[in-house]
Amino acid sequence: MESAAYKDNKNFHQARWEEPVIFELSTPGERGIFLPTIEPEIEELAGDVFDQMPEGVIRADLPALPEMAQMRVLKHYLHLSQENLGADFNVDIGQGTCTMKYSPKINEHFVRSPKVADLHPLQDEKTMQGTLEILYQTEQFLKSISGLDRFTLQPGGGSQAILAIVSIIRAWVDAKGLADTKDEIITTIFSHPSNCAVAKVKGFKVITIYADPVTGRPDFQAFKEAVSERTAALLITNPEDIGIYNEHIQDFTDLVHAHGGLCSYDQANANGILGITRAKEANFDICFFNIHKSFSSPHGCGGPGSGVVGVKEHLIDYLPVPLISYDQRNERYYLDYDVPNSVGKIKDFYGIVPAIIRAYAWIMSLGARGLLEVARVSVLNNNYVMQKLLQMRGITAPYADGEKRIEQVRFSFEKLKEETGCGFSDVQRRICDFACHIWSSHEPFIIPEPFTIEPTESYSKKELDQYLSAIEQIIEEAYTDPDLVKKAPHNSVIHHVAEHEYLDDPELWAITWRMYQKKYDGYFIRIGVK
Amino acid sequence: MFKLGLIVNPIAGMGGSVGLKGTDGTETLQMALQRGAVPSSPKRAAFVLEKLSSISDKFQLITCPGIMGEDIAKKCDIACEVLKMDVTDNTKPDHTRQAAGMLLQENVNLLLFVGGDGTARDLAAVVGEKHLCLGVPAGVKIHSSVFALSPSYAAEITGGLIRGRKARSRLAEVMDIDEDAFRAGEVKASLFGYLLVPGVERGLQVLKAGSPASESVRQQAIASYFVEEMNNDYLYLVGPGTTTRELLRKIGCEGTLLGVDALKGDQLIGEDLNENECLALIESFSGSGIRIVVTPIGGQGFIFGRGNQQLSPRVISKVGRDGIMILSTPGKLQALQGRPFRLDTGDPILDIKLTGFYRVYTGYRESTYYRVEN
Amino acid sequence: MKEPFIHPYIPNSDPEIQKEMLKDIGVTDIDDFFACIPDAQRYQGLLDLPKPYLSEVELKKHVYSIINKNTSAEELVSFLGGGCWQHHVPAICDEINSRSEFLTAYAGEPYEDHGRFQALFEYTSMMAELLDVDVVNVPTYDGSQAAATALRMACRITNRSRVIVVNTTAPDRLSVIKGYLYPDFEVIEIGHDPIIGLLDLAELENIVDETIGAVYFENPSYLGFIETQGQMISKAAHSCGALTVVYTDPSSLGILAPPSSYGADLTCGDIQPLGIHMFMGGGRGGFIGSPGDEKFIQEYPSRLFGIAPTTHGEWGFGDVAWERTSFANREDAKEFVGTAAALWGITAGVYLALMGPKGMRELGENCIKRANYAIKKMASIDNLKVPAIGKYFYKEFVVNFDETGKKVSDINDRLLERGILGGHDLSSSYPQLGQSALYCFTEIHSLDTIDRFVAELVSILKE
Repeated sequence: MESAAYKDNKNFHQARWEEPVIFELSTPGERGIFLPTIEPEIEELAGDVFDQMPEGVIRADLPALPEMAQMRVLKHYLHLSQENLGADFNVDIGQGTCTMKYSPKINEHFVRSPKVADLHPLQDEKTMQGTLEILYQTEQFLKSISGLDRFTLQPGGGSQAILAIVSIIRAWVDAKGLADTKDEIITTIFSHPSNCAVAKVKGFKVITIYADPVTGRPDFQAFKEAVSERTAALLITNPEDIGIYNEHIQDFTDLVHAHGGLCSYDQANANGILGITRAKEANFDICFFNIHKSFSSPHGCGGPGSGVVGVKEHLIDYLPVPLISYDQRNERYYLDYDVPNSVGKIKDFYGIVPAIIRAYAWIMSLGARGLLEVARVSVLNNNYVMQKLLQMRGITAPYADGEKRIEQVRFSFEKLKEETGCGFSDVQRRICDFACHIWSSHEPFIIPEPFTIEPTESYSKKELDQYLSAIEQIIEEAYTDPDLVKKAPHNSVIHHVAEHEYLDDPELWAITWRMYQKKYDGYFIRIGVK
Repeated sequence: MFKLGLIVNPIAGMGGSVGLKGTDGTETLQMALQRGAVPSSPKRAAFVLEKLSSISDKFQLITCPGIMGEDIAKKCDIACEVLKMDVTDNTKPDHTRQAAGMLLQENVNLLLFVGGDGTARDLAAVVGEKHLCLGVPAGVKIHSSVFALSPSYAAEITGGLIRGRKARSRLAEVMDIDEDAFRAGEVKASLFGYLLVPGVERGLQVLKAGSPASESVRQQAIASYFVEEMNNDYLYLVGPGTTTRELLRKIGCEGTLLGVDALKGDQLIGEDLNENECLALIESFSGSGIRIVVTPIGGQGFIFGRGNQQLSPRVISKVGRDGIMILSTPGKLQALQGRPFRLDTGDPILDIKLTGFYRVYTGYRESTYYRVEN
Repeated sequence: MKEPFIHPYIPNSDPEIQKEMLKDIGVTDIDDFFACIPDAQRYQGLLDLPKPYLSEVELKKHVYSIINKNTSAEELVSFLGGGCWQHHVPAICDEINSRSEFLTAYAGEPYEDHGRFQALFEYTSMMAELLDVDVVNVPTYDGSQAAATALRMACRITNRSRVIVVNTTAPDRLSVIKGYLYPDFEVIEIGHDPIIGLLDLAELENIVDETIGAVYFENPSYLGFIETQGQMISKAAHSCGALTVVYTDPSSLGILAPPSSYGADLTCGDIQPLGIHMFMGGGRGGFIGSPGDEKFIQEYPSRLFGIAPTTHGEWGFGDVAWERTSFANREDAKEFVGTAAALWGITAGVYLALMGPKGMRELGENCIKRANYAIKKMASIDNLKVPAIGKYFYKEFVVNFDETGKKVSDINDRLLERGILGGHDLSSSYPQLGQSALYCFTEIHSLDTIDRFVAELVSILKE
């Protein structure tokens, strides 16, 4: 028999330590860790090294870091960790677009092993054959999953993958002598803002296509107007963040190709289509995946993630260096710098090696049939949740009325806002009291009061029901006791940060502790201001 | 101490409940009263004041006598200072304008007004763009973007300002409708002017366009893009609006906010032109191209016909469809929620000819292709 | 209807559960959800992937069979540096960053994810003390990205489009910088003194003018020497209204004066030495520090966390000036924000808290003294030129082997046979330095280790 508490987390209270800011814990004289003492022979030969240095080279004072004994440091950070709701701890389906799936712990074993963690990137390749083999094999997997011909594993995340891609497009345009003609990149309004931002960093003008207000697909008529001989590339996601698959995607890629441009596939939303459709079949020249989304590497509070970029054969020569190659004759893996028109380096060294190793292990634990089931179940879970949410008051799912979606849905609380005065940000604060997250949307908010739910394949039906009951509860509260929702959170780590001007007003904001000390005395009491 | 000015237009909104559209003019008002209309704006004013009563020690209320404010304040138990003016039961636009002028003198921190587009227009005529105002919607005609979405939003914004929240302000359009056309079933709003209003709080979309900080910065970005692409040999006829004004400012000119200005290179060669003056300029122009630069006006996204009628069918025809350049912040696009831009040049056949997709400049090196329909 | 595939990672993979859920939705088969995808786009059959190891025991065996082909720097004796360094990683750093609460969190609000906001605020605050600046960002991808972004920031702040970069800059970093600044910004390289390595001040003073947005140098240099002309370089830059951007090693700042003390406007670098394993170059995070003026703050493309009050008097946190990051607000695209390196930022915070002021001082002393001891010892070996370039050193220096008649690659092969990873071979990236290698000494290299290495090297050179 299930307890009432299980059903809806009504009595949940997150750990509340009222943990001081670490500087407040500092106690002069305490030490956290010792360094080795310098041996007398070293002192004798090199001890006078400071005397010889010019003035201004040696630091005059000590940096004002906190002084804390070791266990106190541990305790402080453990307290903070308890005040953080990792995906492992909750039914994390509310962080849509982020693909908060299970990060298998066996993969952490591999990554933490000293033979992985303590490799120096510049070691003789003979000593790194293990990791190089895993990187190489993962690339082969990605080639199968996408249908494309070569991958770089270098970018540090999705946005940096886009940087690599647009750098490749830039190099390709320049190499063809088309820099003056092809200066435009087309993207869609629901694409990640980095697509537009990165395109501009690389000197392109951006044309953004809005969605058809009924179908939710990018407006093809508008797109037709936008494509011209000036089009260098199309950067597009499919399905888009609202969860709708654009079945006309080939019309889009065909049109760009007809005008001599390239097509790049942002596969941040790959989770629902693994093994179902690929970049190749939709005629893309380039694609990228987020290893920390579809491929199970944990999100780390905001990184490290990993973005891997794949290209068709005709673009291989532009990839960043080094690639990971295999020397058949000598039966060894090696870092391959022989990339004739390489864009150079996008980032230090070779990529986020631990993330790639996790992806390798994850794919090896599931195989082709497993990846297909990942896609199938994440889509099943998503449509199940959508069905239930749309039965609740105050919620709508704009666009594509009556259609099924792929792996996520962007809903709207606008009706709830109109009818109760409680909108997305209120629900977001109240849902913490139920040990859940909920996330809105990337900017801009095309859909008003948006929230995006992406169940992934990792949560059971019971858990999905648990999340749904939390939403249902909050909606009920919005209609009957809106103040409870508006004044939330009540059972979270802290209460409402109500005064946003402390984060928006240059006179008030404090981005570091020392900035805070310069402006305030005591709890937000302005120094020198009446 | 925060000085809050308050003007209540007691007759605003009465028409709607009895099937009339607006209460401009004494005749319509009489009709409304005969039909049993009850003033709704005093109720809305009271709602807002009640929400603010918990912080009444933080502000000083200055308002009009009698039904234009004082009575409501008394009912809500809020002390107020009363402006020295005569107010009868039969209030007129003159009263609103007079009160606005007096509150300007008092240097209030916020001029809160309860009414509709007509009230907003009265305020714009007196206050202009220099003083922070906010409308509490209580009329049937709410086409201006100077109003909060609802009385409770108005209370939230006002409360925030009173508590010391820094107001980022923006210029919002004041629209007014052709009354007779409206009663005949046609909506023909026109840009009347602008008022300075407080902005959007993060996560709280209280006014329909985007956050004001990004809105004005966006307008500058659009201006930068435009200037980058400009052809110094072209004549640009620049229509009214705050976005187009940023464009002129980027070049170093100060055009007219509500008028059509003519630009060539970095010089203004005409200001606040009427139709004939536009035509004359076009006729005599010897450069290599002519462009019309417009931005959507009013909440319905009209690029022609809602305040830029100087760009008449004759002017537009001379320039041609390909000569039309549209500037729009993404905020305005989003507010349309997928609906197209509209046009109403005055010539229905021309309107049909002009429908279709146009390139719209939306930021620095950013644009989109958007539908324009008649 | 597919063959069922039940898996521990997929709770709803059981066909019975699926049937129940499908019934609730009113759909007969999961395939119906994919009906919207046209046949031409459907992948037929199963992906070409190897047979999986479904049981954990088999998976473990398989993956370790590959991992065990590695030999790590910890198992050998390594003197490799070059931007990624072998420092001690305190156990508590690993303890905290393997906590699932931090490891698996992402983008929650400053309520349920309060811990991460506070941990990152504390990281930026401690870095601010180390760098002696007022503002530090939530980490970007790595030091090279930080350098490239800092240069673009400087150009936005000064409204200029050219930067001067010293040509001793790490080659890979220079590649990242050039790529990132292209095509809107021009990178001009200036030279250095071939003997003491310092930036060519005369050349700088000659070419810096009002078109220059930033002057960039590294201290300590990639080649290990300390750039002692900081004040004068800043003076030259500032005299023309350019900003000074300095790339530094945070492990050195307990002992070396931070760049802000000699005029740096933007300080950047990588936090890898602060408690992060090397991961074959996969453990990195970039920092940018600046003064607290709004004109700097508005140009950061990264997240900045600020402290704020709550309705109940607690410490609250949130994003500062969020709109700065969401739109390309200004004329010049304010770059982009993505998932970068937050977990490493938290880790670096733990490290700095453990070390404290004295620990960072002692770390710096360990590095300087051990490196300088090694210099003295290696200088006494016949036919070696030590140091090959530079006068004062932190933890790295260049050793030239030209007069031994041997190539660095051969010497390193011989060292490896003896369980030693010799310094990074510079002969292809810095041909002007001949057969040279970059050697690194940190707190992990004991007297014994250094002495034994010297003995091995002597013996190899005799062969």
